[in-house]
Amino acid sequence: MSGALKRTDFVQPREFKFSKENMKLVEAHIAKYPKGRQASAVMPLLDIAQRQNDNWIPEAAMEEIARLLDMTRIKVFEVATFYTMYNLEPRGKHHLQFCTTTPCWLMGSADVVKACEKHLGIHMGETTKDGQFTMTEVECLGACVNAPVVQRNGDEFYEDLTPDNVIPVIEALKAGKQPKIGSQTGRQTSLGPLGATSLAKQAHDTGNQIMGEPAPAKKAAKAAAVPTEPKDSTPTDTKPKGKKK
Amino acid sequence: MPKLTIDGLEVTVEPGTSIIQAVEQLGIEIPRFCYHDKLSVPANCRMCLVEVEKSPKPVASCAMPCADDMKVYTNSPMAQKARKGVIEMLLINHPLDCPICDEGGECDLQDQTVAYGFDRSRYREEKRAVKDKDLGPLVKTVMTRCIHCTRCVRFGEEIAGVEELGVLNRGEYLEIGTYIQQLVTSEMSGNIIDICPVGALTSKPYEFTARPWELRKTQSVDVSDAVGSNIRIDTRGGEVLRVLPRLHEDVNEEWISDKARFCIDGLKNQRLDRPYIRQNGKLQPANWPQAFEEIAKRLKGVKGERIGAVVGDLADCESIIALKDFMRTLGSTNIECRQDGAQFDASEPCGWRFNTTIAGIEKADAILLIGTNPRTEAALINARIRKTWLAKHIKIGVIGQQIDLNYPYKYLGAGPETLEELAKGKGAFADVLLKAQAPMLILGPGAVCRDDGLEIHALARKVAEKYNMLRDGWNGFNLLHTQASRVGALELGFTGGDLDKMLKGDVLYLLGADEIPVNRIGKDTFVIYQGHHGDRAAARADVILPGAAYTEKNAIYVNNEGRPQLAKQAVFAPGEAREDWKIIRALSEIAGKALPYDDIAQVRARLVEANPIFGAIDAIKPATWKPFGKDGDCDKSPFGEYIANFYMTDAISRASKVMAECTDAFEQGKKEKTGTHG
Repeated sequence: MSGALKRTDFVQPREFKFSKENMKLVEAHIAKYPKGRQASAVMPLLDIAQRQNDNWIPEAAMEEIARLLDMTRIKVFEVATFYTMYNLEPRGKHHLQFCTTTPCWLMGSADVVKACEKHLGIHMGETTKDGQFTMTEVECLGACVNAPVVQRNGDEFYEDLTPDNVIPVIEALKAGKQPKIGSQTGRQTSLGPLGATSLAKQAHDTGNQIMGEPAPAKKAAKAAAVPTEPKDSTPTDTKPKGKKK
Repeated sequence: MPKLTIDGLEVTVEPGTSIIQAVEQLGIEIPRFCYHDKLSVPANCRMCLVEVEKSPKPVASCAMPCADDMKVYTNSPMAQKARKGVIEMLLINHPLDCPICDEGGECDLQDQTVAYGFDRSRYREEKRAVKDKDLGPLVKTVMTRCIHCTRCVRFGEEIAGVEELGVLNRGEYLEIGTYIQQLVTSEMSGNIIDICPVGALTSKPYEFTARPWELRKTQSVDVSDAVGSNIRIDTRGGEVLRVLPRLHEDVNEEWISDKARFCIDGLKNQRLDRPYIRQNGKLQPANWPQAFEEIAKRLKGVKGERIGAVVGDLADCESIIALKDFMRTLGSTNIECRQDGAQFDASEPCGWRFNTTIAGIEKADAILLIGTNPRTEAALINARIRKTWLAKHIKIGVIGQQIDLNYPYKYLGAGPETLEELAKGKGAFADVLLKAQAPMLILGPGAVCRDDGLEIHALARKVAEKYNMLRDGWNGFNLLHTQASRVGALELGFTGGDLDKMLKGDVLYLLGADEIPVNRIGKDTFVIYQGHHGDRAAARADVILPGAAYTEKNAIYVNNEGRPQLAKQAVFAPGEAREDWKIIRALSEIAGKALPYDDIAQVRARLVEANPIFGAIDAIKPATWKPFGKDGDCDKSPFGEYIANFYMTDAISRASKVMAECTDAFEQGKKEKTGTHG
């Protein structure tokens, strides 16, 4: 709702009702809060409404929520406009949110955005004519280790994107298939580029104990004594430690 | 009781007092924008920062309660620096348009920038712009000037009970808005103009009219309803430019209704500025001696019982007593102030006053509304009920129309039957009233403006007596009036005439009485109309005597509680119009029955003689409880709606263009509303 998207070329539906399954969820959320404090459930309810209504919340839904929670409409509206993740205007079936904050940008998010804009024929903030895709720019999604990142419909992250590997993701979505969630380069979660290197391995190699794990059997006693007796340490032992000092 | 030091002065305050309140008690000023003593404390403007010893950061004094041994410095370098920073931040997006801003000269931001801010700006970046909102014909918005103090939002939520304003979006895009471009429909919306500390919300009718330093300010009282709101009339060069509320904790607090504030343009339209005499069926301009001669000629030889006098809704007490004395000298007892046909018993003050008092509402814990819509009939009494409901969630029951009040109520029934049941101790609300410590009832004009008014008056008395509404220091029986003159006229005993008989008499003296059924006035009745507007009754008059409106005379009005208050002259009446009591005094002399008073002091002495309550301005003398009303059967028909259009209820508001615009904008919309519109 913040500035960039201000559309008037759509019709607000007259009515909104939660589906039967969603109504159960709604009731469960309302039941979490003490009587008279139902208003606390406004955020999950807005989210449910958005999911039910193709990624956006119409005015009728806000009115329905106000009625369900015994709030005034303006109070629901205040919440819905405050959070950028509530969409108050229609979005495509696939709402792609491109992170362009510093880490993603450093890793080439600008190129990813450009490639998608070219491929879909729309600009940031627009929806394709067939109503399939909406591109929006968002701030940090908190997946900086796998930058650049795109989020779909608030649920799925596509990571480690490049101008090349983002197109297959879009094509898969277009074809109604489920693209692979997570890294698109095949790396496991946030594994570093050199593979499974870590302090644990180094510690293991050097025979140091890792907190919470049983001490390495062989050199345990020696290693424990190391800090007080630097003389005793072998050259292989001291290498990492010397760095630490 | 916390004892603390503020700027080296030791002060002991009530527990729970905030620092800003404690500082105010010492008479030291702390600048503020969001803090308002009648609203909740959001502490979001940060302007009231002060230094508190041992606190590493400055403290928002509006939200910090006083504690023992606190050492507060309101003007230390830390506090000064903090304020400078806050002002600078608030000015980032505030436009530099003071020369074209209506708030200029009485703007909190302007004043406090001069007093506490930097003398120049360091801001070189772009400012944002915010789209203006349409809040209707009364409030003009320039939202770019808004500093987001949220006073208007809180006023809507807490006082007016219309939760239509809210804080939308966030960060750079934060703005005050309404739900999907909706009008703010409240009978008290004008107050957000006063509480807005900047020029974001200003008065639309007063737009680009005057600067505050050009205005002459007169303290007066409002006559648009019977609440007697204290107002300040701002004038320039003989023209009333605006009306603002004046603080009176026991009456209107800091608020006034929109009608009181905005009906004043009606004072310039349709005014009677010279006497008229009907000649050959047409009203012809005349001068005072001619008009008086015409009346004196007509009065000669007419029997007193064939003469009647009716007092209208805007008449002041001086003119009422003068007219009463004049009628007595003419030998007539046909005098009446209940021109709307209200049938309550006028013999006992306890039966017609708002005995609980307006401030007393806050002590009540159960309220029964009978045939009344306090929202339109007395907006500020309604605000007091809402305030009490908000504070204590008191139980409220309604008998009469199912009205749209801004607090929840239990609907009990439509008419006298429900009241009868209640008097017998039956019905859903009986338990609530029985258990209540301080129950009260408000009997409205919708219940007494009918043929069985006397019986209903008695029935309401029985309900009051049955449910223990009368005890030491508590009187829960209230009759609500909507007319500024009504209680004053009742206190002076201006009753007793038979309205129907008077309408068909030989001579009918109307003192601003426009609400009478004009079409029922007899064909040969000689009608004298004394008033300030060419409204309904003036058209039927045979002689018109131009009088002064409430802004044009020094006069006493008695409000619904029985509280006499002074209205002061702010401007002169137009043309040849004169103060009303003087007109009657002059006429009495020409009619050969000169009244024994020549100046306002003597008239007021006569008022005190007639009723001692006039001896103490702004005081209430509680009425003793005596039986009133008439036992008997009531009609079964439901109680009706008394005020159909809040914005047009008297000669002044009917002549007001602003009130006509409000009628179009708000009242039409109301009719289209359906059940789902809350």
